[in-house]
Amino acid sequence: MTVLASGWPGALGHPFFLHAALAGAAIAAASGMVGYFLVLRAQVFTGDALSHMAFTGSLAALAAGVDLRLGLYAATIAVAVLLGTLSRSGRADDVAIGSVFAWITGLGAFFLTLYTTSGGADNAGAGVRVLFGSIFGLSAGQAGTAAAVAAGVCAVVLAVFRLLLFASVDEAVAAARGVPVRLLGFGFLALVGVTAAEASQAVGSLLLLGLLAAPAGTAQRLTDNPARAFALSTVLAVAEMWGGLTISYAVPKMPPSFAIVAVAAAVYAAAFAVGARRRNPGPRLARA
Amino acid sequence: MLIADAATDWSWNPVADLRQMWAFPFMVNAFRAGAIVAVLAGVIGWYMVLRRQSFAGHTLSTVAFPGAAGATLLGVGAVYGYFTFCVGAALVIAAIPRAGGHESGHGSGGGEEAAVTGTIQAFLLGAGFLFIALYQGFLGGVDALLFGSFLGITTTQVEVLAAVGAAVLLVLAVVGRPLLFASVDPAVAAARGVPVRLLSTVFLVVLGAATAATSQITGALLVFALLVMPAATAQNLTARPVLGIAASVGIALAVTWTSLTVAYYSPYPIGFWVTTFAFAAYAASWGVRLLRERRGRAPGRGAVAAAGTPAWTSGSLL
Repeated sequence: MTVLASGWPGALGHPFFLHAALAGAAIAAASGMVGYFLVLRAQVFTGDALSHMAFTGSLAALAAGVDLRLGLYAATIAVAVLLGTLSRSGRADDVAIGSVFAWITGLGAFFLTLYTTSGGADNAGAGVRVLFGSIFGLSAGQAGTAAAVAAGVCAVVLAVFRLLLFASVDEAVAAARGVPVRLLGFGFLALVGVTAAEASQAVGSLLLLGLLAAPAGTAQRLTDNPARAFALSTVLAVAEMWGGLTISYAVPKMPPSFAIVAVAAAVYAAAFAVGARRRNPGPRLARA
Repeated sequence: MLIADAATDWSWNPVADLRQMWAFPFMVNAFRAGAIVAVLAGVIGWYMVLRRQSFAGHTLSTVAFPGAAGATLLGVGAVYGYFTFCVGAALVIAAIPRAGGHESGHGSGGGEEAAVTGTIQAFLLGAGFLFIALYQGFLGGVDALLFGSFLGITTTQVEVLAAVGAAVLLVLAVVGRPLLFASVDPAVAAARGVPVRLLSTVFLVVLGAATAATSQITGALLVFALLVMPAATAQNLTARPVLGIAASVGIALAVTWTSLTVAYYSPYPIGFWVTTFAFAAYAASWGVRLLRERRGRAPGRGAVAAAGTPAWTSGSLL
């Protein structure tokens, strides 16, 4: 990748930018797809909870001296499954989620203190790095792994798209038709866990919610057709990721994670301005 | 950290320990501020849990971080930043979702409302990070902003906190009953002429003010713990409003003061202790509830509650 980059003009001539653009696109696509269902199923709060898990998992791994990503994935997936168990039919109850993740965040503060006081000056910035991400710091290997995992998430979502859509829009009917609603709920939460772990490498654990919620919210504002909204959410997420990276490259003082989330939020706000037109209750509102 | 080094160890003589701890003016201020914060968080949190607005509450509390960072960047007192951002975000959350025209009974239940709230949260946290990046050399203070610090709370801060707390409690005392009605059954309340939307906005603003005040002690990421856990614990124990609010305040107060004491004698941040003690209380309340349900209640209802339905939906509230 590095060799390839040397011949390219402008921003893409820098390996760090190329890595960020490649890994970022894959991560954004996965976030856009998973985020669509997260919004459809009204589980954004679960995504929020998982983002805090990502923080604690990373710092626990750092404090224990193992690879950060190990803690990241272990924590988010384990907690996603736990949240599924805590609730009926795989949809977690928000007070239970809130209590669990508030405590987990506290644990994160504990691990942060443990890590920063044990390692001296080198470790001092760890908390900020984990919370707000460092996508420009990805190595070729890390970018490759992130892209591969994200591609896997996309493939799984596409494979179960129809079933998951059915189960999300009308759970009762889907269950009656023999769709394994509960299993899908668990599987989906685990998938959100993986995506959260992925996205927190790009924009940090605190900001990944923007990547999950904003493109999906924008897409659902612009169209009621599920397939179209799903595709739009994915495309928007990737475009917003690249837009943010470009802005951050052009304005070095601006951290990339802020630029990405800011672009996503701006697009969402624009969708509100545009979408103030007709708003007929589509299929997703019928169940509420 | 610094203080833990300077202080003597816990001696298991409570009177001497407390006297030694309270010899520092900042510790006395911390206990005062902690008491105000606990009362505020206990009352507001009870309504927040009842209204299922945990997500909005969490967003408002994280917004305190960019507020403080922005104020530091501009060189004004962090207090102004906290209140500007928290109350501003409350107004935005109150205004935007209904523009879409779909009224959702649950505060955090609607997918779109949650998407808006989540986006606001991520954007503002990102803005906080931007402020820090622009303000060089601020990095050391980030952890304190996010996870709280009981050091250096001044008497002026306590006074501001007390004023805000009194105002918030006054507002709640005025709107408390209609708010309860509107929270439990918005449709019936609206039909009876209760201004449900206005109440919802007022509640969010009050929640914003309370989180702004609270986050100075617990840090932006952990305010939420103090808001949600004592209230959830109280609602596990009793479904009656007055008793529940009292229990919520009591638990919040006990958690805050215990945490302050333990944090003083340990190297770990106050936020960690607050969340841990609050979570322990919450877990214990689940144990109590399950025990109660096993004894003497109708099996059908017990089964429903055990499956995760909150107490107030399965029992009568008033």
